[in-house]
Amino acid sequence: MSNLMNWTWFHKLGSPKWFYEISGRWLPGLAIAAALLLLVGTVWGLAFAPPDYQQGNSFRIIYIHVPAAFLAQSIYVMLAVAGVVGLVWKMKLADVALQQAAPVGAWMTAIALITGAIWGKPTWGTYWIWDARLTSMLILLFLYFGVIALGQAISNRDSAAKACAVLAVVGVINIPIIKYSVQWWNTLHQPATFSVIEKPAMPVQMWLPLLIMVLGFYCFFAAVLLMRMRLEVLRREARSSWVKNEIRGLVEGKR
Amino acid sequence: MNSLFMLLVVREARLLCRRPAELANPLVFFAIVIALFPLAVGPQTQLLQSLSPGLVWVAALLAVLLSLDGLFRSDFEDGSLEQWLLSSHPLPVLVLAKVMAHWLFSGLALVLLSPLLALMLGLPGRCLPVLLASLLLGTPILSLLGAIGAALTVGLKRGGLLLALLILPLYIPVLILGSGALQASLQGLPVAGHLLWLASLAALTITLTPFAIAAGLKISVSE
Repeated sequence: MSNLMNWTWFHKLGSPKWFYEISGRWLPGLAIAAALLLLVGTVWGLAFAPPDYQQGNSFRIIYIHVPAAFLAQSIYVMLAVAGVVGLVWKMKLADVALQQAAPVGAWMTAIALITGAIWGKPTWGTYWIWDARLTSMLILLFLYFGVIALGQAISNRDSAAKACAVLAVVGVINIPIIKYSVQWWNTLHQPATFSVIEKPAMPVQMWLPLLIMVLGFYCFFAAVLLMRMRLEVLRREARSSWVKNEIRGLVEGKR
Repeated sequence: MNSLFMLLVVREARLLCRRPAELANPLVFFAIVIALFPLAVGPQTQLLQSLSPGLVWVAALLAVLLSLDGLFRSDFEDGSLEQWLLSSHPLPVLVLAKVMAHWLFSGLALVLLSPLLALMLGLPGRCLPVLLASLLLGTPILSLLGAIGAALTVGLKRGGLLLALLILPLYIPVLILGSGALQASLQGLPVAGHLLWLASLAALTITLTPFAIAAGLKISVSE
């Protein structure tokens, strides 16, 4: 019996109204946490962390690059998890989460690639090399584009979500295969023209701001995702009475 | 079950043989793409030979992708797919039969044509067994992975380009392993590792992708 009770939160998530109410309570906390963490991490990382003994100040882009790369990969896994939940338990909210998270993931991948290119110029002497990690990141961006394009091409909302879910699951199974094959390809074809600089064990003053930035990025993603999902829930449930009440309340509050 | 599988393969084969032009199109495309590369990069024999493993594989991959666009379309339009979904037989087995029949005609023909085009690019004759083996193992993977995309996009009016966008990133491991095997044999290195990896990927796709294709068809048909 107690086992059943523990799952009630999961079943409640099926109700858009319940999600809208509970996410409304979480959102301010998450947004404040994200803003604080990002502010502290940025100021600490860009101004107070000691410069790298080899790369000088150019290494400071790490405080944007690494959190974005972390998120880019986690969001794709999240897409697949949401896809499985949507396919197995037919939960509409998982569909909403999948489709709203995909563009954020694509942006994070793009940010990781762009900051990586900017960082590559002073460190490796070139904006782009066909390094295994860079290439698999580029492929990840294409995988995101595929999910987004498929979601937009199918006009029926529920079919689009299910199709995206299948694609995300297939993609997540493929990601390790792609990653290993790309690493293998790189070691076969490219002798170490540029060796990626071996990361020395970072001192605490360097990795603590990085940790704060990573946490900040995750909070930021959670807040943005909740906002996007709330908007989509309102859009989907536009005809129900609770949404009409909610909108009326918002409009009258503004006046 | 087995007889049903064979019946489906024979039915598909008969249908494909009645439209020979559709069978020939991917082959002609394959040949034209191969012919484009010498025109683009220049006719130097040495350069073409060193590029040939990649060229043959990229062209084969694109030809397979092109042939998959219409894989489920006619079945979707004439209602056969709905009958498949309603039938008591497991859908993954039915789609596996369908993809296998398709591969037997388009994929296998591609494999048989490839030595000729590879020789024209200057690939030495001793590399041909590796070329055939890598394509024989690789093209079924391409067909099965592509069928997932074809199943997801079958209901869309302009699914062709979208299919390429969805599926090409998933083709990358096959491309790396296949052209890697050929490259290794060109340089006189052992190729067993690449081929074994390709074989294991083939086993993985044959066992898993029918379920994803079936799920994709269910979504597309129920729309």
